[in-house]
Amino acid sequence: MSAPTLDRPAAPDEAALQAHFDATIAADKRVEPRDWMPEGYRKGLIRQIAQHAHSEIIGMQPEGDWLLAAPSLRRKAILLAKVQDEAGHGMYLYSAAETLGADRADLTDKLIEGRHKYSSIFNYPTLTYADVGVIGWLVDGAAICNQVPLCRSSYGPYARAMIRVCKEESFHQRQGYELLMTMMRGTDEQRAMVQDAVDRWWWPSLMMFGPPDDDSPNSAQSMAWGIKRHSNDELRQRYVDMSVPQAEALGVTLPDPELRLDPSTGRYRFGQIDWDEFKRVISGNGPANAERIARRRAARDDNAWVIEAATAYAEKHAS
Amino acid sequence: MAHEETVYDALDHAHGGEGQWAFGTGFDDPLAGVDTTVPEGIDPADLGVYCLMLGDDALVLCQRLTQWATNAPELEEEVALANSGLDLLGQARLLLARAGSVGVLGRSREQATDSIPDEDALAYFRDADEFRNTALVEAENGDFARTMVRLLVASAWRLALFTRLRTSRDPVLAAIAAKGVHELTYHRDHAARWLLRLGDGTTESHRRAQAGVDAVWPLTADLFTATDVERRLVEAGVAVDPAELRDEVTGVLTMVVERATLAVPAWPADAAPSGRLGRHGPELTALLADLQGLARQHPAATW
Repeated sequence: MSAPTLDRPAAPDEAALQAHFDATIAADKRVEPRDWMPEGYRKGLIRQIAQHAHSEIIGMQPEGDWLLAAPSLRRKAILLAKVQDEAGHGMYLYSAAETLGADRADLTDKLIEGRHKYSSIFNYPTLTYADVGVIGWLVDGAAICNQVPLCRSSYGPYARAMIRVCKEESFHQRQGYELLMTMMRGTDEQRAMVQDAVDRWWWPSLMMFGPPDDDSPNSAQSMAWGIKRHSNDELRQRYVDMSVPQAEALGVTLPDPELRLDPSTGRYRFGQIDWDEFKRVISGNGPANAERIARRRAARDDNAWVIEAATAYAEKHAS
Repeated sequence: MAHEETVYDALDHAHGGEGQWAFGTGFDDPLAGVDTTVPEGIDPADLGVYCLMLGDDALVLCQRLTQWATNAPELEEEVALANSGLDLLGQARLLLARAGSVGVLGRSREQATDSIPDEDALAYFRDADEFRNTALVEAENGDFARTMVRLLVASAWRLALFTRLRTSRDPVLAAIAAKGVHELTYHRDHAARWLLRLGDGTTESHRRAQAGVDAVWPLTADLFTATDVERRLVEAGVAVDPAELRDEVTGVLTMVVERATLAVPAWPADAAPSGRLGRHGPELTALLADLQGLARQHPAATW
């Protein structure tokens, strides 16, 4: 997307624009695409929204791997609809990034070239069908905790996209939890599958909230600008507090011997997160990073001729 | 905390008896509440087999479209292909459930436990020789052009059929067809628009689109030949003779292919039914291995 070329009246001075922007943020009002905004705000938002969009699109893969094998037609319908929703989320989010001057194809290239990150959780493989349920419950659950506050993000298009995204995520989470409830009522083998999936996904789901507050370089500025609303550690704690009773209701054990209720605060204390693993996975060395990106690259490259054809056709038939 | 922020919190007390609390998870029986009585003069065994033919076409094509998930050329196309797949899956569930409701379950119940609903017994516990889909839907996807040509042919044929089945003497089949007509109209349109873009796009896309047409055309050989089951059901006012669809289907396809600046190949000579009688190639065996593997590994499980 190129910068508008229309003639504009002489720009008001930068200090006045900055003051107007600051007042908008202070009053908890929305910044809209045509409003002046500091360059850092624009760049920070593009980075965050693109990272979120990439996560939706890469996130289609781990569950998508079970689409062909879903063990009942009802589960196949639920999963196919969910994977479809994720493609839709990616579309809204790339569109929100485009209102800031970014371009979807360029953002996709940056993802494929490894210049953009996405949520590290999607670099873990889905080993059994219970993983589909646990991704719904824990991964979508953690995403909801992260994302619901973004419905009040200071940037209007992002906030509005997040309202719809969150409604659908909450749907997915319930569907995932319901799958697990059903499996827990099934055979011993199914119960073991659920526990095994919880064992594998619990810690990575805690990492979804990002590095601890004292090691999160972009957080302070994002909070000041109203792009983020709560700190990583605060959201992580909220997620743990909500998940423990749900695990109990389900009848699974969370794989953390140090997890216990602190009676003085009413909140759960939990063990040390393996941040070395987090850094390893986020920097491209998780179990499935290469596979995830390779598939995205193949979808782009193998079908480039389709996009070229559609473009050529549109040009021929433009009137 | 804002209202939306309590969504997750409510999860562990949201379940219970109410089947609808997570949308889509409560619909165990696709035909719940429907009167499944077979009208007089219709042989339930024939009706069930006919439903399997049409249900298997939908299920197998859904599986083929789903193979594109995460591999499509654009995000818009991810959404569109998944959507068409979901429509076909919905049709398959209704048709297989209808077959089950008239007692046509083949050998599926030899392996499927009682807790498995009819639609799943039929989808997951029949072998390839009991599947009654045509060769058209079981063929590999090939590239995007061939996938779109196949979708165009399959939806043009199915739309012509479903339009006529809306007046079937079996009210369940008629209702399934009436619902399907809207869906298939969209699928046919979507595929046709792509064929226009590909045929009249670049030299490369034209070449691939023509190759797709040339590869798919021979698969139409048995689409217009009735089986004995269909012949008897035509007499009973339940089914449509596929020969009756020929003019509409070949007319639509010729028009789209010509407008896409492609050459229309000669139509193949009519062939005797094959897939409809359970005769299939290795493509179907491979497709069923993916579809059925997990369910068969845990025949006593509930999902």
